[in-house]
Amino acid sequence: MSLLAHDVPLTWYLLLSAVLFSLGVVGFLIKRNIITMFMSIELMLNAVNLSFVAFAYQWHEVKGQIFVFFVMMVAAAEAAVGLAIIIAVFRVRATLAVDRINLMKL
Amino acid sequence: MNQPLHLWLIPLLPFAGFLLNGILGGRLPRWLVSTIGLLAPLGALAVVFNATVVVASHPGITLCKGCAYPQGSFFLPNVEMLGHWINLGSLHVDFSFVLDQLSLVMLLVVTGVGFLIHVYSVGYMHDDPGYARYFSYLNLFLFFMTTLVLAGNVLLMFVGWEGVGLASYLLIGFWFQKQSAAAAGKKAFIVNRIGDFGFLIGIFLLLANFGTLTFSEISSKLAASPAFTGGVLTVICLCLLVGAAGKSAQLPLYVWLPDAMEGPTPVSALIHAATMVTAGVYLIARTHFLFDRAPIALATVAIVGAATALFAATIGLAQNDIKRVLAYSTISQLGYMFLACGVAAYSAAIFHLVTHAFFKALLFLAAGSVIHAMGGEQDMRKMGGLRKKLPVTFWTMTVAVFTIAGFPPMAAFFSKDAILYAAFVQGTGGKILWFVGLLTAMLTALYMFRLWYMTFFGELRTADVHPHESPWSMRAPLIILALLSICGGWIGIERFSAFLAPSVGLHPAVSTTPHLELILTIVAVLVALEGWLIADKYYRRKTERPAQLAAALPAGHKLLANKYYVDEIYDAVLVKPLFAFSRYGLGGIDFLLTGAAWLLAGTANLSGAILQRWQSGNLRSYAAWLTAAAAAILLFVLIGHLFAEPHRIMVNLLRGY
Repeated sequence: MSLLAHDVPLTWYLLLSAVLFSLGVVGFLIKRNIITMFMSIELMLNAVNLSFVAFAYQWHEVKGQIFVFFVMMVAAAEAAVGLAIIIAVFRVRATLAVDRINLMKL
Repeated sequence: MNQPLHLWLIPLLPFAGFLLNGILGGRLPRWLVSTIGLLAPLGALAVVFNATVVVASHPGITLCKGCAYPQGSFFLPNVEMLGHWINLGSLHVDFSFVLDQLSLVMLLVVTGVGFLIHVYSVGYMHDDPGYARYFSYLNLFLFFMTTLVLAGNVLLMFVGWEGVGLASYLLIGFWFQKQSAAAAGKKAFIVNRIGDFGFLIGIFLLLANFGTLTFSEISSKLAASPAFTGGVLTVICLCLLVGAAGKSAQLPLYVWLPDAMEGPTPVSALIHAATMVTAGVYLIARTHFLFDRAPIALATVAIVGAATALFAATIGLAQNDIKRVLAYSTISQLGYMFLACGVAAYSAAIFHLVTHAFFKALLFLAAGSVIHAMGGEQDMRKMGGLRKKLPVTFWTMTVAVFTIAGFPPMAAFFSKDAILYAAFVQGTGGKILWFVGLLTAMLTALYMFRLWYMTFFGELRTADVHPHESPWSMRAPLIILALLSICGGWIGIERFSAFLAPSVGLHPAVSTTPHLELILTIVAVLVALEGWLIADKYYRRKTERPAQLAAALPAGHKLLANKYYVDEIYDAVLVKPLFAFSRYGLGGIDFLLTGAAWLLAGTANLSGAILQRWQSGNLRSYAAWLTAAAAAILLFVLIGHLFAEPHRIMVNLLRGY
């Protein structure tokens, strides 16, 4: 048994994950800058990743880790597309405040 | 086993022509459109000729039904099964084509006259922008007409029946930019609907009483129960008669045919004279085994036919539009055929159908040639003296006029004679029918010679036209039809009815009283001669007399010129009340339906107005709702656990799991 699993109980990981996720949610809700919101989403995704890994380690189950890879991949793709959209939006609107870009048509 | 005749090609070739010209016609060069349009009926005609040769090369088969045939012989009726159509419980309807003596004769007329009129159309429609559309419709008509003729059961026949109605509608309204043509097309379609309704009820009754729609099965079931007469059969036959009267323009449903003259003249010749309008006669001949068992219905057919013949002939006397005269003459001649059917002389009816197809198609085509030469003018009062300028048209028209008047040795002399004789030998009622027929024959001669004199004799009554003879594509069909009009009757009613006997039963009039027949023939010819003499006096020698007569009898002339005001009466009695009922009587229902629709729409609108507030378009509000909902679900689950086993959860938390 590894040191990590031995010394740090699962609950702590889960608590950390929950805290990070909540921070992400709160950040997403209160911030107006798209980039900050984007970072908040990343935070949430990684909080979930953390709990996946923790569970996978706990139950000696590789599925959780595989899932994490999927999430990372999707997050990377999302970042690429999302940032491209943000740049396009910024070019047209000259602002990054979401409240100003609440129309479907640019 | 019969050798294959490929009957399926007969409707299919025109259908292929319809598709080709209908879809691609607009982009094809004109000569290719004509080629396709002509090859389709020519191919069908070739198949029919092949079948005729096969039938004719097996002599004897047509006369003896129960004999043992030698090897390699050919049976009629020849049934060609193309597949199943409807299989519902005990109801089986197939795509089956039946070739028997009756349908063979009819097919020869339809494809033969049809082909000639296609040829004529090449010249007549040459400058029309809708050339390809015209030929595709014409081919479509042939498709449906041959389906109607070949159909082995009533339902397939009904398909053809409706189809020819559609083609007729499309072709009457061919020049749809013209208000009157579009209205005439609609009128024809709607009046035919009334007739088709009767036909449909008849089909349902047949199905309910016989459990099958195949002609041969109905016939054999009837043969198996000789006591089955009258009653429901009368009702069925009267329903079929309503259908036949609609399609064949008999009283009281004839009103659409004169208006149908709005279509191009070759169409009037093909559909509204030679073939489609005879479908009613064909229907009665095809279902003769029903009519034979329903004497009341048969008598009704005879009375309707005789009344129509006389009625239409009187109207024809006072018409000035050359095509309308011919239209009323068609109605009148169809009345003759119904009269023949009504005295159970089906073969005489079909005989007259054939000769009528020849001479009436010829009359229409010749009239078309006249109209063509006059630059579209149809009023006979503006014609005259065309004899010199249109020699071919004049001579062919002369043949047709002498034929329809019933002079020997023209075709209609034989067929009309057969009908009148068959009526005369039918007892007292038959004598009346015969007399009406005779009177009609005189009127027919009168109005046809009137047309002849007004068009071709005297002086041209319009200054600014220069009549010219039609092109060869129009003259050739005229000459062929003229020959057919002369020779078409020489086969004689005896041989013709003997040939048709397996299909429609023996002609009652082919009997043993040659003296009576001779006397009746002489009377009929004398009466026709009388009609000619009157026309000669009034329209050649004393051309001022008709006007004087009209002035002397203003009421009578107005009644005839306005066609007995039948259109006006129908309008006042049927059309106007129907419109009023639709507008006001059905207004209440309309109000309810509209109200219900508005109520539903209002509910949807209101709920939409409430729910749309959710869709603020604000991203963060969506996210907040999402979070709040997720938190609520989480809380809900957690609370359940907490209350259920608080102890274990606390312990687990403390132990770090």
